[in-house]
Amino acid sequence: MELARIPVQRIVLRLVEGIDATLMVLILSLSMLGFAALFSASYDTPGRVLSQFVSLRIALTAMWLTAQIPPQTLMRLAVPAYVVGLLLLVAVALFGDVVNGARRWLHVGVTRFQPSEMMKLALPLMLAWYFHRRESSLRLRDFAFAAVLLVIPFGLIVRQPDLGTAALVGAVGFYVIFFAGISWKVLGGLAGLFVAALFPLWGMLHDYQRKRVLTLLDPTTDPLGAGYHIIQSTIAVGSGGLSGKGWLNGTQAHLEFIPERHTDFIFAVYSEEFGLIGNVVLLVLYALLIGRGLMIAAKAATLFARLMAGAVTLMFFTYAFVNMGMVSGILPVVGVPLPFLSYGGTALLTLFIGVGVLMSVQRHRTLVQT
Amino acid sequence: MPSLLGHGELRNSERELQQFQLRIGIAGIAMLVGFGILVARFVFLQVVEHDHYRGKAEENRISIVPIAPNRGLITDRNGVVVARNYSGYTLEIYPRRVKSVEATIDELSELIEITPRDRARYKRLTVETRNPESLPIRTRLTDEEVAKFAANRFRYDGVEIRARLFRQYPFGDVGSHVIGYMGRINKDDQAALEAEGVDANYRGTDYIGKSGVEASYERELHGTTGFEQVEIDAAGRGIRTLKTTRAQAGNNVVLTLDMRLQRVAENAFGERRGALVAIEPGTGAVLALVSKPGFDLNLFVDGIDPQVWSELNSNPDRPLNNRAIAGVYPPGSTFKPFMALAALETGKRTPKSTINDPGYFFFGDRRFRDSKPGGHGVVDLHKSIVVSSDTYYYMLANDMGIDAIAAFMKKLGLGARTGVDLQGEALGVLPSPEWKQARFKRPEQQKWYPGETISIGIGQGYNSYTPIQLAQAMSTVVAHGAMYRPRIVGHVENPRTRERKNFEPELMQQVPLRKEWVNFVKQAMVGVTKEGTGARAFAKAEYTSGGKTGTAQVIAMKQNEKYDEKKIDERHRDHSLYISFAPVDNPIIAMLCIVENGGFGARAAAPISRTVLDYYMLGKLPPGMQTPEDEFEDDKESD
Repeated sequence: MELARIPVQRIVLRLVEGIDATLMVLILSLSMLGFAALFSASYDTPGRVLSQFVSLRIALTAMWLTAQIPPQTLMRLAVPAYVVGLLLLVAVALFGDVVNGARRWLHVGVTRFQPSEMMKLALPLMLAWYFHRRESSLRLRDFAFAAVLLVIPFGLIVRQPDLGTAALVGAVGFYVIFFAGISWKVLGGLAGLFVAALFPLWGMLHDYQRKRVLTLLDPTTDPLGAGYHIIQSTIAVGSGGLSGKGWLNGTQAHLEFIPERHTDFIFAVYSEEFGLIGNVVLLVLYALLIGRGLMIAAKAATLFARLMAGAVTLMFFTYAFVNMGMVSGILPVVGVPLPFLSYGGTALLTLFIGVGVLMSVQRHRTLVQT
Repeated sequence: MPSLLGHGELRNSERELQQFQLRIGIAGIAMLVGFGILVARFVFLQVVEHDHYRGKAEENRISIVPIAPNRGLITDRNGVVVARNYSGYTLEIYPRRVKSVEATIDELSELIEITPRDRARYKRLTVETRNPESLPIRTRLTDEEVAKFAANRFRYDGVEIRARLFRQYPFGDVGSHVIGYMGRINKDDQAALEAEGVDANYRGTDYIGKSGVEASYERELHGTTGFEQVEIDAAGRGIRTLKTTRAQAGNNVVLTLDMRLQRVAENAFGERRGALVAIEPGTGAVLALVSKPGFDLNLFVDGIDPQVWSELNSNPDRPLNNRAIAGVYPPGSTFKPFMALAALETGKRTPKSTINDPGYFFFGDRRFRDSKPGGHGVVDLHKSIVVSSDTYYYMLANDMGIDAIAAFMKKLGLGARTGVDLQGEALGVLPSPEWKQARFKRPEQQKWYPGETISIGIGQGYNSYTPIQLAQAMSTVVAHGAMYRPRIVGHVENPRTRERKNFEPELMQQVPLRKEWVNFVKQAMVGVTKEGTGARAFAKAEYTSGGKTGTAQVIAMKQNEKYDEKKIDERHRDHSLYISFAPVDNPIIAMLCIVENGGFGARAAAPISRTVLDYYMLGKLPPGMQTPEDEFEDDKESD
């Protein structure tokens, strides 16, 4: 017994060595809330809860593996991941499956996956690697090159079209550039340029995308069409009140008034049943997660680690803010899941690998180089 | 590596780190601002606007399904059911759920017989009904048809079989004007219901009373609609019933009418046109109210055929018109007893004063002829009624003057609506200088000429009253001035609790009449039945009654009556009238009967009155009619 116990202890210790307890507690809490909401939303399809559980296990494993890899090793993956990601995006554009009018999916053996999802991590990896290499001699043209690295996948994803993912990929790439220290002047100039570009951009949008933006401004103009999502989810949130209708008692969700209630609109289900109090709890958990991530970034040893941690953390923020803003009717409906809560294996995997990166950065914060 | 870096590089690196940490701080602030915006939004939605959104969610979730109440029954004073409900199956199309109504009907006709009439009726319903949920393409499906459709139901989306309650009138056209017909709620009805604020109670109700008691007691008969709160999903499918408020059946309405008497009276008219109103003196209860021709009420119960409807409307005999309350006729000599009473009450005549009737009366250079050439010789007041001397009443009218006549007749309610509980009562005309002033436009027309007073005395001239006014006036006189509002409905009864709401006799006014004079007039009218113009019709009557014949000239054709040339002659003939009461002591019935173009009063109206009084006083049925018990037995059922 004595002999048997010792290795178990050591194995457990070895297993949890790379795990940041704070991050772990936070993401598990968020996942629990996610399961509660998903269980409620899946009253008619109970298999989803189980399937999400399987996804969670895979994602946790991926996170653990990522956490074991030191940032230096991660850095080596940057170029291959980015190049493969780009190739896959091109492949999607050429042979991808069309679902709901958008070409996003690629068949890989028996399963399908979205290469754009991979870019959410591959792009910041690539940019952080690039800035790290050019550290201490960063010029404006480095930022320009980084921008090119960003725009290529961004453009490919916009073309699919998948505005939500494109926005996230673009945002996470921008965060790297921002943290890398792009000057405020250039930033201001770019912002001005962006505003000026809004008009031609508007012309490039698909009809349904324009409609989404327009109905956001006034959902009642199309109550049964594009406005329906926003109206119904806003009703769900508003009718939740201070303390919510109680778990499993959300009428909007259970009577199928909420479209996409497992995935992008799961926050409507959550908010209807747990109310303002539940929302604040959720926001606090996110804030703590993001705060922890920023702290890890601030203390990171290398530029690569800093940039990676900072960008991934802000990606979580972007996910959460855009999704909740969309469900509560202050942002247009774009396909962005609620991090750690929405149903869907791919998104979960990306997020947990992101957390794994943070844990790796945290674990290797002291310089161990020779 | 840091150890290998030069001093400057190190400082540079430190500065970069500081800048990075500054940007991390900015990112943290940005996050807090972003989440702050979200919190503000949540507070707005979930606290400030919570009630609004909660209401929206409830609206989403709960659908109110109305449960139509059972309509109350209508029975006569003896409990004979005259209007009841039966449940029937209808084949209904939900217009909003089908692509093309026409195509759906075509498809349905492959399975179930749909006649062009059904199509025409459906079309009419579409026009009439505002925003219909469903409309029947076929009614009264047979069991076989129901089974046939049920087996093929999957082929017809937006078509369903519904069980509905329909009205049924066991007597068909008997008493049709009193009972009244039902029709689908049209846009005007809907507007009226909304104006009254009761439209919510009519959700789920398709039909509404359009005439007669069905219309005037609609609120009693309809009942209270029940509601089922059903939780529905986004597709509108019912998930479960949350709450049910039961419908409360409408009240049963009990008429004062005696359906057997009504039937005897209508039977006595045969194919003739006319009206009869029998009132119980001292209560105002209407015992019979006939308007001939009638129409079969059952034609209306599931939406009347447009062709039948237009036939009813274009029929020159105007069967839909309720002559008893909306027809206006000159009273002719039935006016004389009222004139006699007026003469006594105003002191213009005494029972003993006499005149000489040479067969005419000169007013200025105008000669007013008596209906009997050569006249009746010496005539006192009694004889003037018994023999119906025109000359007597020409002189009387001249002596009294139009103002005194009008003042007295007004007290008896002539020329005013009686206020009977039916819709569509006409006003009639009580002639007077004031009336003429108001009626005409040109000054020479507005003036009342004394010569016009003369023919007023014999019930001609401008005199024109509804049958119910005359019957009520007779009733008031024999009740010694007690004028009651005529009533068709005696009481209503809650079918469940049996709680009764009585409509007590309503004394409208007590007309001051001297008993002596009333009795005098009554006796004169008894004289009519014994030795006067009504003697033949009332020969060998086994009860006492008083009466007065009347023959009213049809002076001019009415506007819309000149299509059928063959009929014009017939329609120029005089109207035949008879006003009566029975028995002489404490009368229990006062009655006016008019047969349009029936000629002398004694010839048509008096025999009908005799038949009706025979039945009412003695229970005697005219030959050829079955005993009522045999026929009524089948219809005696409750609910």
